[in-house]
Amino acid sequence: MADPFLIGSAMTGGYGGADILHGCTIAVEKGEIAVIVGPNGAGKSTAMKAVFGMLKLREGHVTLDGEDITRLSPQARVAKGMGFVPQTHNIFPSMTVEENLEMGAFIRDDDFSGTMGQIYDLFPILKDKRHQPAGELSGGQRQQVAVGRALMTRPKVLMLDEPTAGVSPIVMDELFDRIIEIARTGISILMVEQNARQALEIADKGYVLVQGANRFTDTGQALLADPEVRRSFLGG
Amino acid sequence: MDILNALAAFLNFVFIPGLAYGAQLALGALGVTLIYGILRFSNFAHGDTMAFGTMVTIFVTWFFQSIGLTAGVLPTALLALPFGIAATALLVLATDKVVYQFYRRQKATPTILVIVSMGVMFVMNGIVRLFIGVDDQNFADGGRFLISAGDFKAATGLAEGLAIKGSQAVTVITAGLTVAVLFWFLQKTRTGKSMRAFADNEDLALLSGINPDRVVQVTWVIAAALATIAGVLYGLDKSFRPFTYFQLLLPIFAAAIVGGLGNPLGAIAGGFIIAFSEVMVTYAWKKVVTYVLPADMAPDGLLQLMGTDYKYAVSFGILILVLLFMPTGIFKGKAY
Repeated sequence: MADPFLIGSAMTGGYGGADILHGCTIAVEKGEIAVIVGPNGAGKSTAMKAVFGMLKLREGHVTLDGEDITRLSPQARVAKGMGFVPQTHNIFPSMTVEENLEMGAFIRDDDFSGTMGQIYDLFPILKDKRHQPAGELSGGQRQQVAVGRALMTRPKVLMLDEPTAGVSPIVMDELFDRIIEIARTGISILMVEQNARQALEIADKGYVLVQGANRFTDTGQALLADPEVRRSFLGG
Repeated sequence: MDILNALAAFLNFVFIPGLAYGAQLALGALGVTLIYGILRFSNFAHGDTMAFGTMVTIFVTWFFQSIGLTAGVLPTALLALPFGIAATALLVLATDKVVYQFYRRQKATPTILVIVSMGVMFVMNGIVRLFIGVDDQNFADGGRFLISAGDFKAATGLAEGLAIKGSQAVTVITAGLTVAVLFWFLQKTRTGKSMRAFADNEDLALLSGINPDRVVQVTWVIAAALATIAGVLYGLDKSFRPFTYFQLLLPIFAAAIVGGLGNPLGAIAGGFIIAFSEVMVTYAWKKVVTYVLPADMAPDGLLQLMGTDYKYAVSFGILILVLLFMPTGIFKGKAY
């Protein structure tokens, strides 16, 4: 089998000082959804940030589409086709929805109105509110702005750090539906989720991390069916 | 009772000077607020940046006057202004390269940057005094009055004159144009939007591929332009004296804080609030009141709340009140 589209293999490192990740491996195939779950402090977000180049790896490699990108800065990785939605502070609050999307497309020199149209089709509410400052929107709508901003570069991989943190269950379901829709267009999705059960339901691949290392790795369905995973991480 | 004369006196001594002064403060405060919003520190060197820009403009003005180049009714300084802006832009860009960049790389806290800017302030202060000295310099020329007090009296038959100085008209019009261009730039252009994005959320701006060095440079150039324009307009309206420009720092910061640091609209509102408060508190109201009240109730005193020597106390007082009761200012600025 060929290597996965994006893979962070045997990643070890931290923010200076003690290591947080210990030989952790995360991968996602083209057009699939990979979900990282695990208890608090397991290094879920750190693993994602490592894949995106936001912390320095002591060991391990990150490969995108066969190319080693371990040494690239996050900005350079965006140019290579990675989109990242941080967990918090992921929008420009005083700028309008449309300006947020424009800033997402900052590195593009071509006409991006088509991409913007696709994002408005994906999130119709954003079209209605496109002239409103993004900071005035509800939590769920802000997440849509954040995802939309990251999609403006037409990434091949979209990385989401707890996209449903702090939104209501209804909004969460809707966000997950949209994420599936995005994956269907051929974009790989890598996300960290607090709502493990719901996230694994839509996941092609699930990673359960504990203390910065892989504990269980399988398809989302298999992990949901695994009694040990259920007991330890999904609350029975 | 003589409402018309009272109104003429009010407009002449309070409103028009306040409007011109407010426009000057607003331009100064805009520069401070932009630096605060984007570079994230209070730039104490802004007053002396104004002085430097004005100094260069004065030298170029004198040169133009010596070769007989003038702008007719408009002050020659307007022709010299672009040269002043260019020189100031080069100075602040060089300062950024030599001084601020080092501290940015160190991720210095805003407090450290404030102190650094004070050092820059002293250096700029010294440069200006070295070249032009500490004395008053008058470089205003062109039409003295748009409407002179005499003409106004003749035209209206009122006892009170209403004069609009050429420099006041030039100030208000230039400030209006400058603000319009600035807002257009920030709202409509790609670079302007990237500056707002950078001010809003630096990390996300970096993730979006916005080049921080470019944002910083453009911000300095705009701040230099605003400082020079504000300084030249103030100098035309009053006179140029390096120490006065250093003192202007207080009302300018008061204006930026009252409006909400980091908010350009707030800076403009704050500029006018500070200017009108200062003029109204230090104006001797006797004349206006005498016109309004019946003759037997005419006041004996000057009805001046505070001597003009204490005018900076007004900005200081407002500053303290705002910081105590409304620390983020009228337009909800941000605090780092």
